[in-house]
Amino acid sequence: MSNIVGIEHDRVTNTVSTDFPGYSIEANNEFDIEEFKKKFQINISYITERTANFDLIGIDTSIANAFRRIMIAEVPSVAAEHVYVFNNTSVIQDEVLAHRIGLIPLKVDPDTLTWVDQTVDEKDRFTDDNTIVLSLDVVCTKNPNAVPGDNRAENLYRNSNVYAKDLKFEPQGRQTETFEKNPVVPCDPNILLAKLRPGQEISLRVHCILGIGSDHAKFSPVSTASYRLLPVIDILKPIAGSDALEFQKCFPSGVIDIKENGEAFVKDARKDTVSREVLRHEKFNGKVKLGRQRDHFIFNVESTGAMPPEEIFFKSVRVLRNKAEYLRNCPIGNLN
Amino acid sequence: MSREGFVPPTTANLGNAASGIQSLKNYGVKYVCAQCAVNFSLSPKEPVRCKECGHRVLYKARTKRMVQFEAR
Repeated sequence: MSNIVGIEHDRVTNTVSTDFPGYSIEANNEFDIEEFKKKFQINISYITERTANFDLIGIDTSIANAFRRIMIAEVPSVAAEHVYVFNNTSVIQDEVLAHRIGLIPLKVDPDTLTWVDQTVDEKDRFTDDNTIVLSLDVVCTKNPNAVPGDNRAENLYRNSNVYAKDLKFEPQGRQTETFEKNPVVPCDPNILLAKLRPGQEISLRVHCILGIGSDHAKFSPVSTASYRLLPVIDILKPIAGSDALEFQKCFPSGVIDIKENGEAFVKDARKDTVSREVLRHEKFNGKVKLGRQRDHFIFNVESTGAMPPEEIFFKSVRVLRNKAEYLRNCPIGNLN
Repeated sequence: MSREGFVPPTTANLGNAASGIQSLKNYGVKYVCAQCAVNFSLSPKEPVRCKECGHRVLYKARTKRMVQFEAR
């Protein structure tokens, strides 16, 4: 069977991979590390501070999907967990404020913290090894130097808006040294937490700990981690002239280009969104075949800012390997 | 304190109601005026009125105690 998922106007075909042992008599398809090494490829399109775009080629869907799921739910990161409110006279309720603080991504390397042991008595549970303390103390006052005629709250009052950057890091114990070079700050300083009016006050402390996304989304190190399969466009019969221009318009710009003799050709199928617009036109019936390459995964990983996106991917590989290692060491079903 | 058996009342475990006097003192609840935002306290028998401006809408002041929340 071909390695292309067929895309018809109303359905997708050939979606299931069949390259496993025992499926057919022609191919053995047993996993072979040398064979895999030969076939497997990683192409990086771009890596920036927050996003990475890369291709994994020659890998099974189950593995690619495992990486995606692990990046979202099982790569640990640091987030606020306990909020101790001393005073909050703002209109936003304590619980809501606590929830908002929890969702702020923090610029902390997760490797600098250890896991909080939930079995330990609450008094001794939080140490300088596993907890980061932030404090938020804001009082709103009238601005004595307010410009007359300007009725914006920013002019009339001081501290009328509480932002994520108002959370101040309070190093505990050895943290003064370990976090000296990169103190804990929110990744995005201008997240609005609350709005205040004169006389209102917020005073609280936050304990931030290590966690994983499957426990709560705030611990997820990625904003999005997704993949799509590489689109394949096969032009079966030549399309030329005015039809070629119309054909070009069925795809996003840059996908189809036109040769000098007026014939359309596929320039960059990667840019296609597979909208299937071309399949709605009667005149292109039978002239084009849409598909997706089943073992070519275009990953897009968007970090929240705590870790570079490539590190998140590396960590997902490590987590998957540890899972495999665990499974191999399980006594049941271990035939070797 | 033991769960069983009768424990005779002493000054230590005597309730405020029984011991009397000290509870009357400083019984006032703290309020904030909705109009002029002044802080003051009222005892149960006093009229519900701001001591400064006479406004009749009052807010109860927030507890000074620390409150713990889970950021979830």
